[in-house]
Amino acid sequence: MRSETIADAVPHPGEAAAPTRGTSAGAPARAKGRATPGLVFAYVCVVVAALLFAVPLVYALLSALKPNDQIFAVPPTLTGDEVRWGNFADVFRFGPFWTYIGNSFFVAIAGTLVVNIVSTTAGYAFGRLRWRGRDVVFVLFLVTLMVPQEVLVVPVFQLMQWFGWVNTPQALILPFAFTAFGTFLMRQFFRGIPYELEEAARVDGAGPLRTFGMIILPLARSAVAVLTVFTFISFWNSYLWPLIVVNDYGYLGTLPIGLATFSGQFGTRWDLQMAASVISMVPTAILVIVLQKHLVKGIATAGIAGR
Amino acid sequence: MTATSAPEAPLRQRSRSRLRRIESRQALGFISPALVGLTVFTIAPVFLSIVMSLYDWPAWGTRSFVGLGNYVDLFTSHPDFWPALRNSAIFTLGFVPLNLAVSLSLALLLAPRIKGRAAFRVLFFIPVVTPMVANVLVWKMLLQPNGLFNGISTSWFGIELPSFLNHPQWAMVMVIVMSVWQGMGYNMLIFCAALEQLPEPVLEAARIDGAKGWRMFTKITLPLLSPAIFFTTVMTMITSMQVFAQPQLLTGGGPGNATLPIVMFIYDQAFTFQKMGLAAAAAWILFAIIIGLTALQFSAQKRWVHYEV
Repeated sequence: MRSETIADAVPHPGEAAAPTRGTSAGAPARAKGRATPGLVFAYVCVVVAALLFAVPLVYALLSALKPNDQIFAVPPTLTGDEVRWGNFADVFRFGPFWTYIGNSFFVAIAGTLVVNIVSTTAGYAFGRLRWRGRDVVFVLFLVTLMVPQEVLVVPVFQLMQWFGWVNTPQALILPFAFTAFGTFLMRQFFRGIPYELEEAARVDGAGPLRTFGMIILPLARSAVAVLTVFTFISFWNSYLWPLIVVNDYGYLGTLPIGLATFSGQFGTRWDLQMAASVISMVPTAILVIVLQKHLVKGIATAGIAGR
Repeated sequence: MTATSAPEAPLRQRSRSRLRRIESRQALGFISPALVGLTVFTIAPVFLSIVMSLYDWPAWGTRSFVGLGNYVDLFTSHPDFWPALRNSAIFTLGFVPLNLAVSLSLALLLAPRIKGRAAFRVLFFIPVVTPMVANVLVWKMLLQPNGLFNGISTSWFGIELPSFLNHPQWAMVMVIVMSVWQGMGYNMLIFCAALEQLPEPVLEAARIDGAKGWRMFTKITLPLLSPAIFFTTVMTMITSMQVFAQPQLLTGGGPGNATLPIVMFIYDQAFTFQKMGLAAAAAWILFAIIIGLTALQFSAQKRWVHYEV
């Protein structure tokens, strides 16, 4: 896979706001601005697809605002007799929903912090420093990327038992915070930074930690941003691992777990379930809307990097 | 760290190797958190898992060595194992082509200068980043016998739809459809990026030669996109063999075991029935299958993937 493209494609600071490069495919240059039949067709298709696609999202939002007994009204209605914004408040009365949200934020933020520290330092060692055995260790890192989560959950759960970590915050954060993916991403980025910068800093008397913290890291801001968003989202949405390692949901349940138990406990309260679902969708949706330019590039590069 | 004495000409060789040593030490400092973490949480568990798969290994209590017994058990006597493998295979066969077709079509449709294309991208991408559990709950509601789909169908057209989640075949179809809705935005973004990077000279040359429409698409665009298609196919196949949350929450693996995928089988064996050794063995079989399929795709890529230069 084309490793060099990652450093190129991860947006550099400064050019982040620049419009997307490249001409769009398929549209001949002379058709600029004119409504060709092809373009009209594309518009129609995209709009229809978007409408179909949005049905579940809109339905979730509308249902979250209905009284419970009107959700399954036949024929289906757009809104209930009254718009119940109160459902969103009721969610917090029905379960320890604040705990779920708090736990999710804590785990996602702490996990992202660990991933960033580990990935940037290791990426620096692989990308900027010369040491014996570097390439061998790097290959070892890459190989671990291939081990699937299903192979890991059973023995890692056994480890957690041995450590006495079952039902602890660190068990939610640490086991999947040392992925080689972040290291790989940062290494690729660091390699693209000119060596002269670093040498100048060293000649001026900066030690390795200072060079790393004051020269290299600031230059890698956008790569760090991409890694941060991806890591945050993956911790925020993680379901299988919390399901396994947490047994007291009221204490350590994260949002996905909370939503799932909601379904068991209040199976008939669809209105609250939908309100809770909508609430849980908001943070990452905002993240994507705000950072969409970075994300398009980030997904492309991270995707090509083999995630 | 600053006090490296000025190297003198005859000593240059020695001083360089000393710098080398210093740099190695620094590297060790930078790398050690990652190395320790990876060893404890990935490398050691891999070996532990191999060992576990050879034991009758309950979550608590005494373990006994059974050799390849777990593997033999799975293949010969476990009632759910083959169905679980079959279900994962059916899911993959349904999900991968549908996902690629939808995501590629949308990326191509968005490629011309469609106004508000960033907004469309975000819309299609949102289910990828929202919690899977929330997505599934919404779909569970849509698919209820008195949910939106059946509600519209009966009251507008007078057609009673099947009870999707209680029907063995429909349940799997709906797991696939829901998963495509949920996950296709990811591949769509990859295709969007690939389309933006198509080499303009090649496209221009093809246009001058009179290629357009369908011919342009099949003879030029598609071959140019083939590396991206290959990449997304491989990755999507790997992740779809690992499907868990959608069937677990939408159907609970049912009705019967009609939508029970292999990862849910592993989860159930390890954490419901406390047979961690058996689960570890099943996980290794799954891993072997994934590796095998991936290798197969890599060896087949020569036939249809065109790399430039």
